[in-house]
Amino acid sequence: MDYFVPIFIASVVVVGLIRKVPLFDAFVEGAKKGFQILLNIAPTIVGLIVAVDMLKASGAIDMLCDFISPLADTLGFPKEIVPMVLLRPVSGGGSTALLTNIYKDCGPDSFAGQVASVLAGSTETTFYATAVYYGSVKVKKIRHTLVAALSADFTAAVMAVLTVRLILGSG
Amino acid sequence: MNILFGALIIIAVVFGLVTQNGAGLTQGVITGAEDSINLLLTMAGMLMLWSGIMEIAARGGVTKMIGKALAPILQRLFKNVNKNSKALEYISMNVSANLLGLGNAATPFGLSAMNQLHRLGGESDRATDDMVMFVVMNTASIQIFPTMIGSLRQAYSSTAPFEILPCVWISSATALAVGLIIAKSFCNIKQRSD
Repeated sequence: MDYFVPIFIASVVVVGLIRKVPLFDAFVEGAKKGFQILLNIAPTIVGLIVAVDMLKASGAIDMLCDFISPLADTLGFPKEIVPMVLLRPVSGGGSTALLTNIYKDCGPDSFAGQVASVLAGSTETTFYATAVYYGSVKVKKIRHTLVAALSADFTAAVMAVLTVRLILGSG
Repeated sequence: MNILFGALIIIAVVFGLVTQNGAGLTQGVITGAEDSINLLLTMAGMLMLWSGIMEIAARGGVTKMIGKALAPILQRLFKNVNKNSKALEYISMNVSANLLGLGNAATPFGLSAMNQLHRLGGESDRATDDMVMFVVMNTASIQIFPTMIGSLRQAYSSTAPFEILPCVWISSATALAVGLIIAKSFCNIKQRSD
């Protein structure tokens, strides 16, 4: 795994060389887009992290976690990530705010931190994507879309715990 | 989003009043604002680096290459889409851009694909099997390299920001498979009842 990142970058550069891409110009332009993304998400992140930090300070998140922990424990699910699982399909920014909260409290390399990372990396903002795509063509009867999409989200949550246990050996 | 933001803050304040933790709440406001900007600055380098690398990949035609390779597989999933149709081309480009994490490129392709599928479906307000399949695919994450998560983990001083990659791949592939199988089986049920 240690070599994945350098080799990945090297292969991209090699493909770029073969295809005669102006390497550095392309890189600079891409990095500029990256910065643009950062600027675009900054206001959302500031607003939602403040809201989540307030929620955390008020004790509401802890109470939800404690409330759900017997069930989470039985399933072998870290209770700290339950609020994130619930918010993930609804709000990308909100779940990112909760993710940073988990990193802050437990550390990114803890069991909860790893499961939360995998979960965030293997799910999307389901309701947002559904609304954008169907909204664009004015389709209202979406039939079994949400059943299938939310089952996928649930699967990702279960698989996040399983893979972190089996592959990274924590928990 | 507006409702969510309002709800989070009101719940927090009401809860804080009940538990009498005004000082904690105020602290939350101040550190939250401070932390969020620190976080954005810490992850800025990584995010820009990866966007730059991915731009090289995109300009080198990697998106097109993956799209071509995926077309035969995708054709099996979308039963009313022809091999050489615009719809299949847009779908392949959308999936390919998503795999590379080029969200900004993936959405326009996705909207064009949706537009084509809508036309194929006779422009009704009812989603066709293919539309459901396509949207389910886009509600799952298929990014090979989750740069945002990597940058975030790095920002919180993870010792190995990318060690979660194999887990992410397995977990997202399984989730996608489950979503697609359910979408497909609903179509079959409908066909049988017709």
